[in-house]
Amino acid sequence: MSTVFVGVCSHGPGITGRAARAEPGVRDEFYRQFGRMRAAIEAQKPDALVVVAAEHFANFFMNNMPAFAMGMADYYEGPIEEEAWLAIRRTRVPGNAGLSRRLIRSILNEVDLAYAEEWKFDHGIMVPLHFLTPRYDLPVIPANINCQGPPLTPLHRAWAFGEALRRACDEVPERIAVIATGGISHWPCTPDSGKINEKWDREFLRRWSLNDRAALVSYGDEETYRDGGQGGFEIRTFVSAAAAANGGRGEIWFYAPIPVFAVGCTIGVMNLA
Amino acid sequence: MSLYYTQKLLYQLNRDPLVQRRLRDDFEGLLAEYDLTEEERSAFRARDVGLLYVLGVNGQLLMHYGALIGLEWSEYLEAMRQGVARHGPVRAGLYAMTTAPAR
Repeated sequence: MSTVFVGVCSHGPGITGRAARAEPGVRDEFYRQFGRMRAAIEAQKPDALVVVAAEHFANFFMNNMPAFAMGMADYYEGPIEEEAWLAIRRTRVPGNAGLSRRLIRSILNEVDLAYAEEWKFDHGIMVPLHFLTPRYDLPVIPANINCQGPPLTPLHRAWAFGEALRRACDEVPERIAVIATGGISHWPCTPDSGKINEKWDREFLRRWSLNDRAALVSYGDEETYRDGGQGGFEIRTFVSAAAAANGGRGEIWFYAPIPVFAVGCTIGVMNLA
Repeated sequence: MSLYYTQKLLYQLNRDPLVQRRLRDDFEGLLAEYDLTEEERSAFRARDVGLLYVLGVNGQLLMHYGALIGLEWSEYLEAMRQGVARHGPVRAGLYAMTTAPAR
């Protein structure tokens, strides 16, 4: 098998852009766990990093919104945001179009996936890369689940995408690391930014750690919106990562609400089955 | 209300340097290409993040626009609160305020 790593992490733009405003103790521990995740990925000597993201209108808009998309280019660029605002320099990130093409062809057997031969990264991918491959020397393959513009794909389809991704990665000779990135509960970009439903988050992470498919896909969108905010729709990415673990259980390396980062900051890693 | 086109203009502004240049050099020409109401055009002319928020613009689009026009984070949050105070609750979309507005 050549799926060598599956994990999840947060990506809020405040994590880099508003670093100076966070309480240093909890912030530095969060960054330390990001560093631990980077070391765990590097230890697997991956040939590529698939990032299952929940982008924020950097590429896909309501004129033609794919439920699922995957990049198929030899390079990408980002961030689209102002560099000073995100505290990440604009750069070119290597891809691998040939590998993308093989993965996409395989996934299409199970999930109708759009492909994109150009893709601009926003904070949703750039913040994780900033910590996990800061030299931008590991080819990245972006994937996206629409978590922004309803109607949104149901959670059981996010699960199906994760399963198909795992199968596809296992079919290629390259060693593939997969991270999925999203928030759990949060109300980002609103005057309520910083509101976090820690109880809801911890229950979600409990289900995620158990890799309990039925419990994970049982959240309805109305319930998620009420308890987890519009940012809560991004649980789709975490659900896909659980599916990609193929029954493996998860460990939460870090969880803490950091209000100035606008999200319950999370690092989780699946033990691969 | 043409929220879709308001958001489309923001989407293109946020991601495309050529559209950003027109924001500086040909703003009225740029606005004319989108099917906007007078209220929406006025919000763009005034860079009124508070009104755009109340009109129902998706928060992610609005946040990136706030960064583009140089709003510092606290200013951005305050602009939205002021928008609700001036224009009333958010009229559409998913990004409504869930806490009580300041009095």
